[in-house]
Amino acid sequence: MKIQLNNIHKKFASNVVLSGVNFELLDGEIHALMGENGAGKSTLMNILTGMFPADDGNITIDGTAMRFDNLQQAEAYGITFIRQELNVWQNLTVLENLFLGKEIRNRIGLLDKAYMKKLATAKFAEIGIELELDKQVSNCSIGEQQMIEIVKSLMTNAKVLIMDEPTSALTEREANVLFRVMQRLKQNGVAMVYISHRMEEIFAHCDRISVMRDGVSVSTSPIAATSFNQVVREMVGRELSERFPARDVHIGDEILQVEGLTGDKFKNISFSLNRGEIIGFAGLMGAGRSEIMRAIFGLDPIISGAVKINSQQLRINSPEDAIKNGLGFITENRRDEGVILGFSIRDNIAINNTHNYVRSGLIDSQAENKFILKLTDKLLIKMASVNLDVGSLSGGNQQKVVIAKWLGNKPQILIMDEPTRGIDVNAKREIYQLMNELTQNGVAIIMVSSELPEVIGMSDRVVVIHEGTVAGILTRENLTQEKIISLATGEVNAFT
Amino acid sequence: MHLHKKLIEKFLPFIGFIVLFGAIGSLNHDFLAPMNILNLLRQVSINALIAFGMTFVILTGGIDLSVGAILALSSALMAGIMLHGCDPIVAIIIASLIGALFGAMNGVLVTKGRIAPFIATLATMTIYRGLTMVYTDGNPITGLSDSFWFQVFGRGYLFGLPIPAITVIITFVIAAIILNKTPFGRHIYAIGGNEKASIISGVKVNKIKIMVYAINGLLAALAGSIVVSRLNSAQPTAGTSYELDAIAAVVLGGTSLTGGHGKILGTLIGALIIGTLNNGLNILGVSSFYQLIVKGVVILIAVFIDRRKATS
Repeated sequence: MKIQLNNIHKKFASNVVLSGVNFELLDGEIHALMGENGAGKSTLMNILTGMFPADDGNITIDGTAMRFDNLQQAEAYGITFIRQELNVWQNLTVLENLFLGKEIRNRIGLLDKAYMKKLATAKFAEIGIELELDKQVSNCSIGEQQMIEIVKSLMTNAKVLIMDEPTSALTEREANVLFRVMQRLKQNGVAMVYISHRMEEIFAHCDRISVMRDGVSVSTSPIAATSFNQVVREMVGRELSERFPARDVHIGDEILQVEGLTGDKFKNISFSLNRGEIIGFAGLMGAGRSEIMRAIFGLDPIISGAVKINSQQLRINSPEDAIKNGLGFITENRRDEGVILGFSIRDNIAINNTHNYVRSGLIDSQAENKFILKLTDKLLIKMASVNLDVGSLSGGNQQKVVIAKWLGNKPQILIMDEPTRGIDVNAKREIYQLMNELTQNGVAIIMVSSELPEVIGMSDRVVVIHEGTVAGILTRENLTQEKIISLATGEVNAFT
Repeated sequence: MHLHKKLIEKFLPFIGFIVLFGAIGSLNHDFLAPMNILNLLRQVSINALIAFGMTFVILTGGIDLSVGAILALSSALMAGIMLHGCDPIVAIIIASLIGALFGAMNGVLVTKGRIAPFIATLATMTIYRGLTMVYTDGNPITGLSDSFWFQVFGRGYLFGLPIPAITVIITFVIAAIILNKTPFGRHIYAIGGNEKASIISGVKVNKIKIMVYAINGLLAALAGSIVVSRLNSAQPTAGTSYELDAIAAVVLGGTSLTGGHGKILGTLIGALIIGTLNNGLNILGVSSFYQLIVKGVVILIAVFIDRRKATS
């Protein structure tokens, strides 16, 4: 099956998203689709899978023109789109998810569980994974949930799999399982479109690469014929001299001490943080890094241990307490806990900043606009107006809105959980630059990240968490990918 | 073109109201008589006041089924203290505060008790109604007061307008300022838009929710005092199913039941639509049985249009 998208155009309201994009997918290839957020990758794939129609241009499959009116039609044709937000039912079991809407019944009309299990097990064997079929999905890891989606599409004999940022939430180990499965599928003739921001993965696993920029196709070439730098150049339209901007490190006094902190998912966590310092938190998904941050910020209860700011022991029972003590928290779930979708950019930033421009109990709209524009300017948020729905922004700009919201409070300690997850190279660099500026003004940053290059590139020290405990604290001099991985997987103990 | 569509969508409840008003008026000219319009405004005022409070609650993503019962209980208590010689104006203030307290109870159950608003207020609706019955022994409390100020509150006119309508206008202005111009109002919207994000941003979600339910109780009690003044008595069955008319007004006004989106002006128009239907259908001689059906259909149409707006 050879799919061709020719000269695709798409406009949302007055916003041109695609203006003449071409894309080709061959049988059994893994085709990377790259571009900054807002370049139009997801829109293009949504058009292919019938989510919405193109304004102009056509799609051909093996030479004949084809148009899907909805996702079901595309699926029936063997084309499946696995989105970043996984489409699984947490309250059902793995088996129930695999056959949802396509349940197999026996002669008297009841579910034929044994037969469905047999089919599922055969599929698992075919792609070389193991998964307990009666397990409830809410107990499955993100990686396992992704496998469920992939296998689900294979149950209907998918010939084309489109994956949007499949590894953004996976640990290295889980990602490796995914790559193995992808290779297996490729041998079976399944074609894959792989949307990702992670260069290393793409160069290791993909056959061809297409780059989009601002709604147009820039290039398509075999992986061997291009390079990391060339792709970045094509994506951003200019040379990106380095991924991590240089920074003048000025470590100041100690501002935060965490001593023997124990909670539900972690125990005996101790570390300290200085003004002007970035401390990285590395570890596998589920190691308890986010839970530690939530406890420090007063969202989850602390069983024992102490949090001291400026050597003063504090009782932080709620985010309000934390904010009063100079903390800020950018969580990993931008859509669930960061932005309020459907609200304007202004209202999103205003949520914890109104005290800055309230005059005798009432909001001074002029002062508010000034205040908010100052923040959006500082963060280089690309937008037509602060009255726009925050949901209309790209992921990178949404993340900047969340950061802007916190900067209005002038935090002394900023916790950033996966600050650049799922956002493009350019926006990443802008956020790194901003982190550098903050530290130069004496702000201390805790950065939780699953991207090792980021952890190594940005941190002054790295705390590695393994199964809820501190496996080791690495300083800049002895910071390597290998050391972090071996600590994170529990293979070595830093103290021995 | 696109802007046009948006503008029309924004003013849809208002357009609906004008069309309805014009249609009934052209069918029967008595409807447009000044006396009837003033009558209509007074009829609307009770529902409008309750619906304003309900808007606050629904904006946070909640619901309050107990307002009708709060109205009855606070009116009974108001009448009770008046019989013991309390000054009527003081009685109105005390009744409103009692209403706020009952409302706050709902808020506590929803936040600290972590009970779904629908269930919590379903339970308190029954409890408050039961307390009313116990207090009044199931009988109306009558013969309250000849005080001028008390009678004026439900029956009087100022500048040619019924006093209850003026109460509604003042409440409307205050509610609009609170929702649009204060941090408290912003936080109400934020909670309905994304409660998790609000908590993390340091919004005092529990406190605000309790206050919102208290406001709802307060306005129900205020509406109750208007009823008491108009009837010069407190009825144990007063306010029955008023919560439904209030929710209908909020929904007709375009406020989203999932919270976060809506305007107090919409609710005012929603209440006017319901009032116009009640009054107009009466004048047109439509039997009250059919009136119920028409009201239900209008609500369905409004929600249907709203749904299409949301998906387009």
